[in-house]
Amino acid sequence: MPSLTARWMSPAARFFSHSPTTGIAAGATLMLAFLALTAPWISPYDPLASDVPHALQAPGPHHWFGTDELGRDVLSRVLAAGRLDLAIAVSAVGLSLAAGVTVGCFCGYLGGRLDRLVGRVVDVLTAFPLFVLAMALVAALGNSVENLIYATAIINFPFYIRVARAEVAARRHLGWVEAAHLSGNSTPRIVISFLLPNILPTVAIQASLNLGWAILNAAGLSFLGLGITVPTPEWGVMVANGAHFMSSGRWWLVLFPGSVLMLTILCFNLLGDGLRDLLDPRTRT
Amino acid sequence: MMRGILDIDALNVRFTGRNSHFDALRGVSLSLEQGRILGVVGESGSGKSVTGLSVMGLLPQQASITGGRIRFRDQDITARTPRHLRGASIAMVFQNPHAALNPTRRICDQLSDVIQAHESLDRGAIRQRVIHLLESVNFPDVSRRMGVYPHELSGGLCQRVMIAMAIACSPSVIIADEPTTGLDVLTQKAVMDLLFRLSRERAMSMMLITHDLGLAAQYCDSIAVMQKGTVVESGSPANIFSNPQHAYTQRLIEACTTMHPAQPHPAGKTTSRKRRPLLEVSNLRKRYANGHLAVDDVSFTIAPGESLGLIGESGSGKSTLSRLVGRLLDPDDGAISFEGRSIGTIGAHDFFRAEQRPHIQLVFQDAAGSLNPRFTAFDSIADPVRRLGPARDPGALRHHVEKCAADVGLAPALLDRYPHQLSGGQCARVGIARAISVDPKLLILDEPTAALDVLAQSEILALLERLRREKGMSYLFVSHDLHIVRMICDRMVILQNGKIVETGNCEEVFQNPRAPYTAQLLAAIPHFRPASQEAAAATGTEFAGS
Repeated sequence: MPSLTARWMSPAARFFSHSPTTGIAAGATLMLAFLALTAPWISPYDPLASDVPHALQAPGPHHWFGTDELGRDVLSRVLAAGRLDLAIAVSAVGLSLAAGVTVGCFCGYLGGRLDRLVGRVVDVLTAFPLFVLAMALVAALGNSVENLIYATAIINFPFYIRVARAEVAARRHLGWVEAAHLSGNSTPRIVISFLLPNILPTVAIQASLNLGWAILNAAGLSFLGLGITVPTPEWGVMVANGAHFMSSGRWWLVLFPGSVLMLTILCFNLLGDGLRDLLDPRTRT
Repeated sequence: MMRGILDIDALNVRFTGRNSHFDALRGVSLSLEQGRILGVVGESGSGKSVTGLSVMGLLPQQASITGGRIRFRDQDITARTPRHLRGASIAMVFQNPHAALNPTRRICDQLSDVIQAHESLDRGAIRQRVIHLLESVNFPDVSRRMGVYPHELSGGLCQRVMIAMAIACSPSVIIADEPTTGLDVLTQKAVMDLLFRLSRERAMSMMLITHDLGLAAQYCDSIAVMQKGTVVESGSPANIFSNPQHAYTQRLIEACTTMHPAQPHPAGKTTSRKRRPLLEVSNLRKRYANGHLAVDDVSFTIAPGESLGLIGESGSGKSTLSRLVGRLLDPDDGAISFEGRSIGTIGAHDFFRAEQRPHIQLVFQDAAGSLNPRFTAFDSIADPVRRLGPARDPGALRHHVEKCAADVGLAPALLDRYPHQLSGGQCARVGIARAISVDPKLLILDEPTAALDVLAQSEILALLERLRREKGMSYLFVSHDLHIVRMICDRMVILQNGKIVETGNCEEVFQNPRAPYTAQLLAAIPHFRPASQEAAAATGTEFAGS
């Protein structure tokens, strides 16, 4: 009796039953977020405490993910790193989303000279190899978590402008936007309460794909020694350190942070695809 | 019954969804005879297009034929329409010609493709055939324009190219699915005349799928009326018009004859022209950034309570004019005054706070597209009330919106639905309710019924007529359909290429058109006179064949 079960299910639950992949991705993302938030309390060891006698132990009952060259517990470090990486990604994406969508919406709606000027700035920004730009920004601003966030936000900023601008420009002349004029809405109100909710699905997809990319960016910069530096647990730093021990067969130093990193990015990407279907009002019944 | 060239016998088609299924066709039987034209008439969702697609073997994946058979000559094509038949023996003309042509290829190449797919000819011979085909569909200036891309052509010319493709391999059956929907009245007549002539000259059979009973009556030898997946009535046009058996057919005919010229104009024409005009437009001019002069020196007035029709083909500038008057666009030159006060000088971006904003409202052509997809019907109607009306508490607002919905005949239960959950007619009602919710004095109606089927169209027109009487609003009614304008309006203005070519009282213009363009428009209206069916059938054939 599918119709009977469908009746009491919430819209979200009904959606996930249609798209199990998104359900799994959402579950895994929630779990990652939970682990990141509770890391200080659930970690079996202090991620910074070294224990040289037990250095470079393979995964076992005491250290599930093994230990590194200073005897620090890899599991605890992976958890602590997740906390940091997710925080960097969420704040960087949040920053560029808020700024980019605001600028993009008004450019797309008003058009004209402002739009052309912003368009050229965006073109110039995206003409740089973005990762190199991020490297340059962190190098110039100095190695710190905040600067890593700013650099990640700046290189993502143009994409939000573009997405929001294109989506708004495509809707600018639609009947319901003209109707909003007739109903006596001011321009800012039309942009904020009419156009913005309608472009949110596209922006949300961009954001969730972007989250994965921002984590990769932060990890990549740290891997190269920019942004976050050695004692602080961070996935990129851990992979970079562990790489030295790969040749001597200490695979666990790279495998665990690396695969958690990959899994996180995969989850965000799957979630992005699923979100598009969920947020599109045409799929609502 | 005589066996025709194409026989559909008790056909059932089922669409299967995830948890549900829907029977689009339930026991449809039709017979198309050699060289005859069969009209399949019904509103959207009646299954008329599904019938055409089943014959072509082009049903979408989720649809399957669950019973009955389709026979072409003596071959059973129910399960699969053989490739060599499709295109060569049975061809199809689609509804939207711009979408059906490949935008990246020249039209002569697309025509060559069709010929090459079915015959092996050398390049010179193919070129000759292409030229001949384009000439036979009256494509203008063939040798020079055969190399153009679809976007360079108007809708009517694209449809000619589609017809040329359909007849490229001399098919014996053509299925024309709403071939003139979206074309204006002159183009509609030209395309229908062409199809009719080709069918007669080449002894081709044609299945004309349409929602317009009047059009079918004029061009078809027999008509089948469909409703909810079944054929409810069939017969000759004259019989169907004089003696409709089924209630649905009667309603269709009624909807079609209320637009008949003989119908007297229901609203009194006593509006005094001496009073100060509500709206006065003088020497209005608008040129777009691409240099196109859309509105060129247009002047007219609308008296309080008067209804003015604005008529023109697509591209005549009527939509631009309605947006200039609705203060969504700024004119380059000229003046617009409302109740004696100039409003043309207030910029379109600032007009939202002008005191005249609630008094001038607009109803859009694409009703569904004029509703915010994220607003419920309630929110759509309430939005202007919140912005422009007096402050109301939530209870009073709810009450006011429900009253507006009741005015337009919208059930209160529908107010919580989103636009995609409403039918076209219901969306149109929401659009009208939104416009009248702030009690405007001037309502601009931009082809409010163009996207609706005949029944919904006649309901909406009756509603507009009633609202005007009850509320004393003035209408600026924009349309390309003279019949509708005659039914709703007191006076009309005829627009061609941005200029006014004729102004006058509706009846006078109908009786005695002065401009040649007006006469042309009047001649293009599908004529069908139910009073004298025999004569109508005869003149219809003669008229179309000439």
